[in-house]
Amino acid sequence: MSLEKLKETVAKVFHEVDVVIGYKQGFDPLHATPCFITMPEQVDQLIWNPLCVQNLTSYLPFLKKKVGIVVKGCDSRTIIQYMQEGLIKRDNIVIVGLPCTGIISVKKVLHEIDNQPVESITFRDGGNVVVKTIKGQKTLSLSDVCPDKCSTCQYPTPLIYDHLIGEPIKSDKPPESVYEDIRKFEKKSLEERLEYWEKEFDRCIRCYACRNACPMCICQDSCIAETRDPHWMSQKLTLPEKFMFHMIHAVHLAGRCVECGECERVCPMGIPVNKLKKKINLEMKELFGYEPGVNLEDKPPMYTFNVEERKIEEYKL
Amino acid sequence: MSVIAAKELRIIGFLCNWCSYGGADTAGISRFKQPTDLRIIRVPCSGRVDPLFIVKALLNGADGVLVSGCHPRDCHYSDGNFYARRRLEMLKRLLPFIGIDERRFHYTWISASEGERWQQVVTDFTKQIHKLGPLHTKTEVRVES
Ligand code: SF4
Ligand code: SF4
Ligand code: SF4
Repeated sequence: MSLEKLKETVAKVFHEVDVVIGYKQGFDPLHATPCFITMPEQVDQLIWNPLCVQNLTSYLPFLKKKVGIVVKGCDSRTIIQYMQEGLIKRDNIVIVGLPCTGIISVKKVLHEIDNQPVESITFRDGGNVVVKTIKGQKTLSLSDVCPDKCSTCQYPTPLIYDHLIGEPIKSDKPPESVYEDIRKFEKKSLEERLEYWEKEFDRCIRCYACRNACPMCICQDSCIAETRDPHWMSQKLTLPEKFMFHMIHAVHLAGRCVECGECERVCPMGIPVNKLKKKINLEMKELFGYEPGVNLEDKPPMYTFNVEERKIEEYKL
Repeated sequence: MSVIAAKELRIIGFLCNWCSYGGADTAGISRFKQPTDLRIIRVPCSGRVDPLFIVKALLNGADGVLVSGCHPRDCHYSDGNFYARRRLEMLKRLLPFIGIDERRFHYTWISASEGERWQQVVTDFTKQIHKLGPLHTKTEVRVES
């Protein structure tokens, strides 16, 4: 069973590193939480199931020690991206990879069970999840309550690892499906698009959870959203300020967003925070054939240039 | 006086100190007639133009933004405009996604000697913005002291 193999591997790994980061049960049956293993007895806390939603790699650029880390397919792209940008050293991490068949969106599950406290949750073979609350029990199909990224997942098996738990799996989702939502949105008129974003961003409460959870937002303590000199934005809760904040996040993620979906997962207001970055990624692919966090040898497109840009046609008036 | 007989719109121009600012100056010295809607901000290099400058301008009341630097291979700092080209192109493609017509933003290359070309670009761009009319975003224009 893969959990046993995971525990075994982590038990081996934590002798070579200062800490191993994995998942353990959280404050209720519906939530998993990161766990930091430094002692042998802690290995038994580890869990591995569709509740293991967080992208644990976010810790890596800030840890000064040698670290072991448990990653899903999509999370592994963050590590590759970090390495492309020189933010971490390969020698300082040991990667335990887990082929992944999909996780759940806690928000979608809570929506299905009228936000009742969860008493227990069990995952059945065949892609079902049974959730028990005081109101009774409900069987949900995993594919109905997974985050959007899982329904178009191209990399279920980690792209980089030292140990792989179980057999690699291949994606059965068509590559075109990844950007279907973006193409669909582009069919709207300009006015509809502006209206859409103004409506979405107006709900933003500027809690900055999306920024704080984003693994590629690495200048958090000196984010330009909070600088006073130069003063990019005020503290006012007006639409232009909120809109500007999201444009800052999008532009700073240009050609870097690994589409892990953490920004959307943590947003308390359900704002589609990742959409702008996906749009930029789509353009980066078209212009430079670049996809973030996929090939170690690649260079993020905004970090470099060609004297002749074959695909850029400077605009004529 | 505005060459275009209509109410002035707000156009912001970010011009590289070494080429395009000189080009605009050349146009002025040669007394070429130009529309007056453009407000010029001189920057050391087109590579200094953060794409967010343009976003900030458009979200805060500008109707159009023009960025102009040295021709590729002519950058005073050797490769500032090459980086700028990628960033500005990225923004050009992002703007329509948030509902702002990409024709409201133009980037180009003009050297210090190209006063005539400057006149042409600024006239055409101003015309284009007038054709598009004012940009209506739900923004307040902030007046800061
Ligand atoms: S996107 Fe793929 S790898 Fe990531 S959680 Fe979903 S199914 Fe797993
Ligand atoms: S912007 Fe969102 S999806 Fe992209 S890397 Fe950051 S958290 Fe992940
Ligand atoms: S997490 Fe949501 S509400 Fe908070 S700042 Fe980001 S978009 Fe706004």
